[in-house]
Amino acid sequence: MASRKLTSIALLVAVVVAVQVITQLTGTNYYLTQLTMTMYSCLLIVGLCLVMGYAGQISLGHAGFFAIGGYTSASLTTMNLLPAFENGSSCVTALNKMGLLVTRTSMFGEPLLTVHPWFACLLAIAITALIAFLIGIPVLKLKGHYLAMATLGFGIIIFRIVLAMEFFGEADGISDVPGFTLLPGLTVNGDMDNRVVNYYIAAAVLITGFILLLNLIDSRVGRALRGIHGAEDAADAMGIDTARYKLYTFVLSAVFAAVAGVLLTHYTGGISPSDAGVMKSVRYVAIVAIGGMASLWGALTMGGLLNFLSLRGLFGSYDDAVFGAILIIIMLFAPEGVLRLSIWSKIKPTKEAK
Amino acid sequence: MALLQVRDLNKRFGGLHAVNSVSFDVQKGAIKSVIGPNGAGKTTLFNLICGSLGADSGAVKFDSKSILGLKPYQIASTGVSRTFQNIKMFPGMTALENVMVGLHTKSKAGFWAGMFPLPATRREEKKIRARAHELLELLDIDQFADIEASSLAFGQQRAVEFARALASDPTLLLLDEPAAGLNIYETAEVARLITKIQQQGITVLLVEHDMSLVMDISDEIVVLSFGQHIAEGTPGEIQHNKEVIQIYLGE
Repeated sequence: MASRKLTSIALLVAVVVAVQVITQLTGTNYYLTQLTMTMYSCLLIVGLCLVMGYAGQISLGHAGFFAIGGYTSASLTTMNLLPAFENGSSCVTALNKMGLLVTRTSMFGEPLLTVHPWFACLLAIAITALIAFLIGIPVLKLKGHYLAMATLGFGIIIFRIVLAMEFFGEADGISDVPGFTLLPGLTVNGDMDNRVVNYYIAAAVLITGFILLLNLIDSRVGRALRGIHGAEDAADAMGIDTARYKLYTFVLSAVFAAVAGVLLTHYTGGISPSDAGVMKSVRYVAIVAIGGMASLWGALTMGGLLNFLSLRGLFGSYDDAVFGAILIIIMLFAPEGVLRLSIWSKIKPTKEAK
Repeated sequence: MALLQVRDLNKRFGGLHAVNSVSFDVQKGAIKSVIGPNGAGKTTLFNLICGSLGADSGAVKFDSKSILGLKPYQIASTGVSRTFQNIKMFPGMTALENVMVGLHTKSKAGFWAGMFPLPATRREEKKIRARAHELLELLDIDQFADIEASSLAFGQQRAVEFARALASDPTLLLLDEPAAGLNIYETAEVARLITKIQQQGITVLLVEHDMSLVMDISDEIVVLSFGQHIAEGTPGEIQHNKEVIQIYLGE
């Protein structure tokens, strides 16, 4: 079991490396940009897969968590604190003393004093986790359609907030977000000559997150979650605190969404209200469904494939329509996901055939 | 002191007094059955004890501690385990995994340990697996360990459910109509398993329709009718109780 997991992960790493080498050899380096963005979206999608496929809860508000993460980091790393510092604001001075602020120059050569990206990132994750926790307590008492509607409502609220507030740049969103130096030499930004490094950073983050989730579903908690999904009252009778497990899973997946939001925002250098949009949430749900709900591998493959095609513009202006259509088709014809369609099992050799 | 004490328990659903001032004791080590015609309030009584329903008034004490008002998962961790009338296997999970879920209260690994499995967590996981096999062996169904539980025959599913309920090392096992939907052979097997469970030192309280099963294995029987406690005694006493005969056979 453990060795099979190891082999699969090794294969995944090999594919990631192979893709990079191929783009290098064929001079199609520009694909790496979309692939990097795709991998961050996949991080959110595998987190959502845990909530939907394993804990059996739906969330139509995950773009909201993505946006909370992205917007928090973007606003903190672009907000110029220099005027406040010069006015002697005690709060800013204290932050500066703790080394949580950095000075840099803007595109126009003006000096800026902003929050350190690492601090902004951790704050973004903490805020997202807190909001997910507070929203989750009442909302996860709901089931089925009601939960879907409540999380949809949450997503809409976040969308309207970032659209309406001047602090978040209204309809323009926030741009000129600086790079995020994770470690010396490893900076998350959109520089052309930093493409390969960023591709591998995204891959490393995604694969790490993915392994953590694979571990989790194989553990006592994973079994408890599948139990809750399958027969909640029986899980309850086994001594599982179902409400707490659902809540923690929800928060964990929100953290995955926040990390994706933070890193993608620093990578693309900005975030806009459309990233918080309801259609984004629907898209994530659709991809988890196509992947087969209770399949992290399915969510990862389908997330990788469809996000990449969408970012390459294959679906043109029908982008959202395509994902809506996919969701309908999957629900009708392959509720177990395309990877479990009976046609595949016909192609795959069965146990008897072996 | 009795292991389980039920005192003046009441539950109304609108105008229906489903459980009407019911009191009884379950002695440690005994098999006690609750019987009664359809609609007598047996399952309601059962759900009140397990915490899946809230009582209107009364008291339920387990091991001298009140468990009324606790949530089902809290009651489960005090050492009360239960099975369901319509066997609730966890779908998509093997018989072994079902029992492993039953070991939840006997293990600790949380979200962090799950994501970062250190040696201690792996050892715990191994122990859970070994113990689950032991329980399946105890009930003679270890050969089905790796088969999806919900695809097993009904009688076998019942045995898996017993193993799952025993996994938490309960002091008291509550069985909700364990013979429901079983044929006579399977019922006989269930009777054998319940006796075996009692021999492990576990107290059993069961709600049951099947008279042959109840009369064979029970040490004591409580009879309910229209939510009220009608009679209580050994199987022999109950069989000759006029009121009970009247309820079951009519005037």
